[in-house]
Amino acid sequence: MSKTPALTLKDLSCTFHVQGGLFQPARHVRAVDRISVSLEEGGVLGIVGESGCGKTTLARMILGLQNPTSGEAFVHGQRLSELDRRARARLIQPVFQDPFSSLNPKHRIEDIIALPLRAQGSFEPHEIERRTAAILERVGLSTEQGRRLPAELSGGQRQRVAIARALILEPRIVVCDEPTSALDVSVQAQILNLLGELRRDLNLTYVFISHNLAVVEHVASEVMVMYLGRMVEHNTTARLFSEPRHPYTQALLASVLTPEPGLGLPDVGLGDIMPDPANIPSGCRFHPRCLKAQPQCATIEPLTSHPSDHATVECHLF
Amino acid sequence: MTAILDVQNLAVRFGPTLAVRNASFTVQKGETHCIVGESGCGKSVTALAIMNLLARNARRDAKSIAFAGQDILAYSDRQMEDVRGNRMAMIFQEPMTSLNPSYTIGSQMTEVLRRHHNTTRDLAEQRAIGLMQRVGITAPQMRLGQYPHQLSGGLRQRVMIAMALMCDPELLIADEPTTALDVTVQAQILRLLAELKQELGLGILLITHDLGIVARVADHVSVMYAGEVIETGRTADLFANPSHPYTRGLIDCVPVPGKIKPGEALGSIPGTVPVMKDGFSGCAFRFRCPQASEICTQAVPRHEVGPNHLVQCHLPSRQGGAQ
Repeated sequence: MSKTPALTLKDLSCTFHVQGGLFQPARHVRAVDRISVSLEEGGVLGIVGESGCGKTTLARMILGLQNPTSGEAFVHGQRLSELDRRARARLIQPVFQDPFSSLNPKHRIEDIIALPLRAQGSFEPHEIERRTAAILERVGLSTEQGRRLPAELSGGQRQRVAIARALILEPRIVVCDEPTSALDVSVQAQILNLLGELRRDLNLTYVFISHNLAVVEHVASEVMVMYLGRMVEHNTTARLFSEPRHPYTQALLASVLTPEPGLGLPDVGLGDIMPDPANIPSGCRFHPRCLKAQPQCATIEPLTSHPSDHATVECHLF
Repeated sequence: MTAILDVQNLAVRFGPTLAVRNASFTVQKGETHCIVGESGCGKSVTALAIMNLLARNARRDAKSIAFAGQDILAYSDRQMEDVRGNRMAMIFQEPMTSLNPSYTIGSQMTEVLRRHHNTTRDLAEQRAIGLMQRVGITAPQMRLGQYPHQLSGGLRQRVMIAMALMCDPELLIADEPTTALDVTVQAQILRLLAELKQELGLGILLITHDLGIVARVADHVSVMYAGEVIETGRTADLFANPSHPYTRGLIDCVPVPGKIKPGEALGSIPGTVPVMKDGFSGCAFRFRCPQASEICTQAVPRHEVGPNHLVQCHLPSRQGGAQ
């Protein structure tokens, strides 16, 4: 029970200062607002929410690419801010959304994959070669493909390259930011299956960001729902999908279009007001779009409640 | 039911590469017809070919492309200009790149109506305001003076829809209209299209890669692979009885909440879509097909597996003739 979680976030926040116009004051955008969560080793934390909800900023903070304004992230008990870049790279690696822009077009595949090893500066050339060959095979690419340029590979193959590059340092945590949204469904399934195999074989922990709830339901062990920078609900995947509590979670789940003819289109009932992170509503930040809003929701910010073990929800209804 | 668009044996080639091969389908009035397929299957090229908006290096051939009973295949550029944006309108995937960033919403919306119907600016603006209200844009008067970058993605897509409706089209071609949008907004935009179809009797040709969208909005579906329509039928029939191995594979790839247990592998189709060149014969899916055999290198027959449900595959004949 006293096992150290793979990832712990404590009140992690990030605020951006955006220049206003000539006569307008600078604005503060609270992209991520006091997020606390912890993830067991071998778990998959799915993060869902609309664009602008702060999920990518959160991922960047976990990767150490963005300094938090306040709060702290711990990886296997170590304070992330105290690790240098090389040590951090050995623990956490990213897989990004677009395999067309995240691979250097002028480098050969094997060089792209080996770069994290070279950057460490402590590996012998033959060791680099051995590891590169092994990881290429592990993600399902041939040695011959390793000598090609990114432009010569398909989208799915490029995403395999991105996965190989992330895994070559044998990290403990992989942050996947929309890893399959640029891919076709048939290829998406291949990549999701590969990620699942790798996680089991290498005992990896994933942070998995996606706007596709069906994908998250398939890969995640627990899910956190973000709305305008806040974690409005967090639960195990099975529970969150079977009994969503927060009205926003309910709306998100209702908007999933499963391939079942005859069901028609859902009325999500979120209205036309789009959330603006630079102009966060008072009280509960979801109240302007909420179907169940009560007078207090506009003035009082709801507290985080724990309706059951391992679950949190931030809503006045609970 | 009358057909608003009837495409027969459409083929598009770019030099030696065949983007669309022998595609035929019909869109009825007041009906949504979906073309579904993966990238590179020729679905967007099909849309552009109907509108005659293909790049210069493309060659279009067809037996006929009948729009409201008239063969538009032989139309001159001038004749086509009068149809396009007027009786036949298109919505593109990326509202940010298809709206001109340096003109106001108002001037872009009124331009189509003034070009085709020679109305005054005031009348055109009134129509624009009315349509913006219809598609759920708040404060339409104010939006007329705004520029595309001042609107959110969902609003921009609504502007595109309102703009497409300015001249009361009979056919709306929508190429991935919700791919760039959040799921919550996607449902709203698709509901809007469905309402407009009912209200105005529009025929909609919807191009998508998302089987979820197909299942929920389409009346008819055509599945495209490597430039060919390999299966077509009513939506309910096609999902209840997917008869082409590719259609079945595609449906199995989609994760459905509650259908597959977490951790279980999803179905997937190995390999990638081949590029079609001159001289290709047989079934283009045979390289990825789990049920491929010798016969698949030969010309593929069409079978009727149900009413209006056609499949282009050797399997039904191998299994003892058409059902």
